[in-house]
Amino acid sequence: MAKYLLLKHYRGAPAPVNDVPMDRWAPEEIDAHVAYMQDFATKLEESGEYVDGQALAPDGAFVRYDGEGRPPVVDGPFAETKDLVAGWMVIDVDSWERAVELAGELSAAPGAGGKPIHEWLEVRPFLGAPPTVTD
Amino acid sequence: MEESRLRALIPEVIGVLVRRGADFASAEDAVQEALVKAIETWPADPPRDAKGWLVTVSWRRYLDLRRSEHARHGREVAVDLEPPQGPVPEVDDTLRLYFLCAHPSLPPGSAVALTLRAVGGLTTRQIAEAHLVPESTMGQRISRAKRRIAEVSLDQPGDLATVLRVLYLIYNEGHSGEVDLATEAIRVTRQLAAAVDDPEVAGLLALMLLHHARRAARTGPAGRLVPLAEQDRSRWDTALIAEGVQVLQAALARDRLGEYQAQAAIAALHADARRFEETDWVQIVEWYDELVARTGSAVARLNRAVAVGEADGAPAGLAALAEVDPGLPRHTAASAYLHEKAGRLADAADLYAAAARAASNPAERDHLIRRAARLRQAASG
Repeated sequence: MAKYLLLKHYRGAPAPVNDVPMDRWAPEEIDAHVAYMQDFATKLEESGEYVDGQALAPDGAFVRYDGEGRPPVVDGPFAETKDLVAGWMVIDVDSWERAVELAGELSAAPGAGGKPIHEWLEVRPFLGAPPTVTD
Repeated sequence: MEESRLRALIPEVIGVLVRRGADFASAEDAVQEALVKAIETWPADPPRDAKGWLVTVSWRRYLDLRRSEHARHGREVAVDLEPPQGPVPEVDDTLRLYFLCAHPSLPPGSAVALTLRAVGGLTTRQIAEAHLVPESTMGQRISRAKRRIAEVSLDQPGDLATVLRVLYLIYNEGHSGEVDLATEAIRVTRQLAAAVDDPEVAGLLALMLLHHARRAARTGPAGRLVPLAEQDRSRWDTALIAEGVQVLQAALARDRLGEYQAQAAIAALHADARRFEETDWVQIVEWYDELVARTGSAVARLNRAVAVGEADGAPAGLAALAEVDPGLPRHTAASAYLHEKAGRLADAADLYAAAARAASNPAERDHLIRRAARLRQAASG
């Protein structure tokens, strides 16, 4: 098994096909979307492939060390930051192909007009532990 | 035996070990191990005397722990194998345990965890699961908390206000997992109310009961948030409301008002209204005034502004809101609601969408975005 991160972006991914902000959907379309996402997670839990899923607030800040005895520097949030992660799902699956298949399914979540959003999701493999047998 | 009855025995058993001379940290560890064993073995092989079983198993475990500790240090130290003889002093160990676990020197997260384990009788795994952290992390948090209070004597008077804050946190935090922490918070607050005669303890218990009564009505299908105005009030638990009101009235009659009684009074006024439209907002505003005067809390000020909007109309509510720190969580959401009430629907929709972006949890975010969507749909259709 191998772990993959499915990343959803507020900003930074190519524009989806069905690109309408959520507050301009019909209320029932929002319900349908939320239900789809929940069903998807439940299905992965049942298949033993779900690890974790979290949503992130859009606001945050950059922080760095500023030398001995000084408080850390806090900067941002930067409106010009190109990449803004909205949330993730971690899955543990047999192959890259399976990860891609699941990301495709997640991207089909319904949006405005009840049609799939076709949202671009970033799929990133986790770096794992070195194998025991290498020769 | 039900797990809740088993849990209720835990603080008593810790008390027995401490009276026998065990230090709190080791006693608590030993009882936790006995508890885990009880959960494993009792379903198949229930003991006749549950508390006796727990005392025996945890005392044995305590002695084992002591022995291995001494062995590690390579010294021979005599350990009292027999509990001291003589009458057991009649002291309220449970109350002392509350004070110790919610000691002001502990950060709130640690006090919550330790209270849940030693007072609530939950296992580390259950506490970890409820807070979505690994069990080892929660175990460390609890060990650190115990090291921190190791110097505190069990005889020192405690700080009741800190205990109430910790119980309120346990009740009010979002939780998941097999154990329902809101129910557990009510159980241990009930236990505390039985041990100490204080109107604010009663006030907190009433507050919990009155909010718990609305629980079934608070969420719709797929975990969707249902706001107070739209709740199906026939689904409110009338037995809990009756109990909450009774507890509150007895507390208020003592004429020693505090913030929890004031909050419970607001919840009781909501419980009194059969329909949202029948809510006595004028009285609710008065209670918020009381709460603001007592605590100076910005959150109380924000909630007061919304109540003013209901009592005196949206413009008055917006004027009150203008006095509240706009950086407060939910400020935009309150503003959206009052704008909607004032009939400024386009502004309200924009504000709801902005409030959704600032929401601190997905249920609230989805609720706010749905409100925005509904207003936009009404505007276009």
